[in-house]
Amino acid sequence: MINEKLLKPEEKAVYALRALYDRYGYTPYKMSKFEEYDLYAKNKDFLISEGIITFTDTRGKLLALKPDVTLSIIKNSRDADKNLSKMYYNENVYRIAKGSHVFKEIMQAGLECIGDIDAYHVAEVVSLALRSLAVLSDTYMLDLSHVGLIGAMIDTLALEKPVLKQFLSAIEKKNAGELSALAKSGVLSETALGLATVLLKEYRSLDEAREALSPYLLNDEAKDAYAEFAALYEALSALGLSECVRIDFSVINHRGYYSGVVFKGYVKGVPDSVLAGGQYDRMMRKMGRRDGAIGFAVYLDAIASGKKEQAKFDVDVLLLKNGANAADVLAAVENLSKNGARVLATETVLEGLRAEKTFIMQGKEAALYGND
Amino acid sequence: MEMINVALPKGRLGEKVYDFFERAGYPCPSIKEPNRKLIFENPACGVRYFWVKPSDVAIYVERGAADIGVAGKDILLEYEPDVYELLDLGFGKCRMAVAAPKTFRDDPARTLRVATKFSNIAAAYYAEKCRDIDIIHLNGSIEIAPILGLSDVIVDIVETGKTLLENDLEPRETIVPISARLIANKSSYKFKSDEILTMKERVAALLENSK
Repeated sequence: MINEKLLKPEEKAVYALRALYDRYGYTPYKMSKFEEYDLYAKNKDFLISEGIITFTDTRGKLLALKPDVTLSIIKNSRDADKNLSKMYYNENVYRIAKGSHVFKEIMQAGLECIGDIDAYHVAEVVSLALRSLAVLSDTYMLDLSHVGLIGAMIDTLALEKPVLKQFLSAIEKKNAGELSALAKSGVLSETALGLATVLLKEYRSLDEAREALSPYLLNDEAKDAYAEFAALYEALSALGLSECVRIDFSVINHRGYYSGVVFKGYVKGVPDSVLAGGQYDRMMRKMGRRDGAIGFAVYLDAIASGKKEQAKFDVDVLLLKNGANAADVLAAVENLSKNGARVLATETVLEGLRAEKTFIMQGKEAALYGND
Repeated sequence: MEMINVALPKGRLGEKVYDFFERAGYPCPSIKEPNRKLIFENPACGVRYFWVKPSDVAIYVERGAADIGVAGKDILLEYEPDVYELLDLGFGKCRMAVAAPKTFRDDPARTLRVATKFSNIAAAYYAEKCRDIDIIHLNGSIEIAPILGLSDVIVDIVETGKTLLENDLEPRETIVPISARLIANKSSYKFKSDEILTMKERVAALLENSK
């Protein structure tokens, strides 16, 4: 029997997530702590942070402590027609923590669905992302976006590369002011400003989003991408999951790697996103693969760093030995801890220790000495 | 209604920002009492203000201790916090500029020594121009660096140019215009969206009216 009191919130979450992914036919994936550096160097932009801890092995080959799991899983999955690999993992990764210049060991869980994927698999993975958030907190939100759709709409604007960079970065920051300024200075057209305004808003229903997007669905690519997005949203609605979904096209991630739906998850009380993922067919092409892939990662360290309730007591029972012999004390500890209580036996009261109850050995028996 | 936590930059700019929020319908009279308290709240309009060092506002917001805050564009460019930038308040207008002694002539054959508080902005600016530079990070009194021969030029905020003039410096190139921005934590924006959007709309409307 597992005593739940002993589990940290992130450990509890991992257990629940594994049970969840198991139900949908995902199998566990275990990887080694380090990989060849080349794998990461070639796909640097795909990684969240640039810093990688490297070292040479005994043969002089450059290795890296893994900053990411997805790349290894892609390499590990079989490249064949009509193939499907569904894997989940729970690994420590090593990268530079946001807003600092120090390396951190980060506990990450997640899943990848690689191979011959279709609309069902996309819906399955997004629904699992939502259910993963539900495991972490009662109050959660998933921002849902579609890089293919955004790309198809933006392509019609034919923006120059430096302008495009500014345009996308302003959308990601929901910075309407900068976009207006760009339009005022003649860098952006009225149409571009209109599209940007639509992209940086949030929509609480598909109808709202459809109305806003419709003037910009000008080519077949955009129309197809929208149809795919709408079908996904409706599938989530049918499962009763769309309540906690916001349609938010300011989630763009990396257009060079992602191709379809992308998403970011938040839970109340944690300032950062705790989940991120998407369909990354373009990444697969870069790795010489023809098949598709979708997956997400859950950042368990973010949950651990959220606001914590401080434990009221260090131990449940403090047992004062009072000169009793070892066998009697051992028997008393066994007896007191039978129902899962944490017992600490000492000769004297330790300074600063908070115990809910204090017992004292009297002869062979432990007697209640006081409550806190 | 959920409380909104607002981080205000300590100082003249912050006081101006607070007055503006007060007029937008978020008053908190206790903030004007003469004392050294740093946190003030008015549950009636669901707002809690706190004073923090201007360069720390972005950190409070990024880490969720504040839901929204007011920070200069200089701070946002320098630290690149992962936050939403909702509104240009138009206060505290100035510019980030390169300044040099009036007699200074740039020699592209040499590494340019740049003294600044804004290492990230300076590095990005010169990297784009493919100019080799040596950054000297200082925390204040940047203007004296070229006078003492510590650096060739400085990258700093220029408001009126008076301080530069008094130290025999002149602005040479403008890097980017600066003003105060309303920023929001990304997670708070999801869970307090109605409150934050209402506040943003009210402030934006007041800005529009006072133009």
